[in-house]
Amino acid sequence: MYQKDKLDQVKEVVEAFDAKTTASLEKRPERQETFYTGSGDEINRLYTPADVENLDYNTELGLPGQFPYTRGVQPTMYRGRLWTMRMYAGFATAEESNKRYKYLVEQGSGGLSCAFDLPTQIGYDSDHALSEGEVGKVGVAIDSLADMEILFDGIPLDKVSTSMTINAPASVLLAMYIAVAEKQGVSADKLRGTIQNDILKEYIARGTYIFPTEPSMRLITDIFEYCSKDVPQWNTISISGYHIREAGSTAAQEVGFTIADGIAYVEAAIKAGLDVDTFAPRLSFFFNAHNDLLEEVAKYRAARRLWAKIMRDRFGAKNPKSMALKFHTQTGGSTLTAQQPENNIVRVAIQTLAAVMGGTQSLHTNSKDEALALPTEDSVRVALRTQQVVAYESGVTNTVDPLAGSYVIEAKTTEIEEKAMEYIAKIDDLGGAPKAIDQGYIQQEIMDASYEYQKEVESNKRIVVGMNKFQIEEEAPKDLLRVDPIVGQMQKDKLVKLRAERDSAKVDSTLAALKAGCEGTDNVMPLILEAVRAYATLGEVCDVMRGVFGEYQQSVKL
Amino acid sequence: MDRPIRVLVAKPGLDGHDRGAKVIARALRDAGMEVIYTGLRQTPEQIVSAAIQEDVDVVACSILSGAHATLLPKVKELLKAEGADDILFVAGGVIPDSDIPHLKENGIAEVFTPGTKTEVTIAYIKENIKK
Repeated sequence: MYQKDKLDQVKEVVEAFDAKTTASLEKRPERQETFYTGSGDEINRLYTPADVENLDYNTELGLPGQFPYTRGVQPTMYRGRLWTMRMYAGFATAEESNKRYKYLVEQGSGGLSCAFDLPTQIGYDSDHALSEGEVGKVGVAIDSLADMEILFDGIPLDKVSTSMTINAPASVLLAMYIAVAEKQGVSADKLRGTIQNDILKEYIARGTYIFPTEPSMRLITDIFEYCSKDVPQWNTISISGYHIREAGSTAAQEVGFTIADGIAYVEAAIKAGLDVDTFAPRLSFFFNAHNDLLEEVAKYRAARRLWAKIMRDRFGAKNPKSMALKFHTQTGGSTLTAQQPENNIVRVAIQTLAAVMGGTQSLHTNSKDEALALPTEDSVRVALRTQQVVAYESGVTNTVDPLAGSYVIEAKTTEIEEKAMEYIAKIDDLGGAPKAIDQGYIQQEIMDASYEYQKEVESNKRIVVGMNKFQIEEEAPKDLLRVDPIVGQMQKDKLVKLRAERDSAKVDSTLAALKAGCEGTDNVMPLILEAVRAYATLGEVCDVMRGVFGEYQQSVKL
Repeated sequence: MDRPIRVLVAKPGLDGHDRGAKVIARALRDAGMEVIYTGLRQTPEQIVSAAIQEDVDVVACSILSGAHATLLPKVKELLKAEGADDILFVAGGVIPDSDIPHLKENGIAEVFTPGTKTEVTIAYIKENIKK
């Protein structure tokens, strides 16, 4: 990027500077012998043009909206349109969550993001024995289309975009969404939104798997194929590094493992006979935002560049949209402290800046009380306002990719890209992400990193304000949101009523058709849609699939 | 004591957040204890049967889903029913302070909330197991 003689000059003065500074360290030592990023990678005292001398602007950075998309996926970025402020919400019953959604839309949240309770995420009805104590706790309980109709009551589905954090039973919830839209008179081709649908990271880090790897990958490719024809504006998967990072990975592992998962989905779809450019434009990603601002910004840029190269060079994609990595971000839940929870507002603000300067397409900001319980309406509002302050007051939205060209940002972008490529090469050697997961490799790497982090916090090598330094005596926090245990009973009562009122012959015949479909090779999406239209419950649909596909067995290693 | 302290680290319910469980399992192991980790999605019945089969001194449940008030007392109840009430029963996770008295009334010896150092948990176990 620089003329050789100028660069030599730089190197000369930097060398002199280093010598002089090192000599003065005895008298004036730095605060630490070595400095590290949030992920524990070493970071130098000073970055100069010498650190980016091999960076070719045209091939490695380019222009926003152009390959390799390092500088962002749109030419004008936030000058054109701000990111979607998308607050993840849902708890208790569909009625309660519907109220929260309407509140969020009124407060300027641009898209919905549905949190489902654990029984829903694992395909059990609320009256299943394993659902005991879990109904409505971490999200809304959905047992059938009837609940979904209430959840989106009064919310026009042709106007909002909806993100659903649903994985193993993603096909069923998507089918319910399509069916609700039909009842509103909205055809499937008008629907915009995302299903998470990323089973590999469930095996790695999040834990809401149902079926074994192979049938799970088939369900995912069935969704890709179905949506490419019938729901063309839908993002069919959100390949998630978020939970990998929350489980304790480093930033480079977040990129490496997530993109390795992405490669596995693309390979599975190609193997199923799909053309890469028909489904790849609808792939989207989901990353975390932690506190180390510089490292995080570099991480997003590295992920975009790496994905673009892989799609072009490894998979031969031709459509630029197949190469552009779009992503949602959520601020880092694991960075929040239960101690002095107000400090979390500041952490979330820093993380918001990181996500925005990293070029995110949408963002969820965590609320200050999330290390304690589900957030209250007031704390959710502050979290949303944090995004609005960054959007309208900070100025970082006025120019595209504002940290580009910073020596440290570019050096770290390259470093994270290279480290991520090493992880991907290792996973390729093991036979791809599904095999690397079955062998426990990815889980083990994450566990090692998370244990290292814990030891650093406990030895005060790493400072967490309010937790291991600057502590105060605190009273127990008040006003936490509680989910009334009555929710479990309410859902059970609804199920009794539903089972009495629906056309049970229709339920039986659609479920039988689904079973035959699962045993064969045809796309199961239309069959699932028929079953949910007949008000078959989520648990019934998933039980049919469990019967044919079996269940995933977790390999437990320490 | 003749043998090392044996601990069952368990994940009751449907919660998939196992970072804390794995970290505590490793820390207890590094502190010289023998640790058995159940993996995810254990029913109270499964946890108690594993505890008895493995002849553990401690059961440590990790739960972040909010189902603690239902599931933890049930584990304790079953331990009692099986005559294994001498096993020290502790829990950790996202559990509001205001829920802790209820849990203690129901036989959960101690609850470790976010930010607790692993050495605190280790010390507690060493001091409180039935010798």
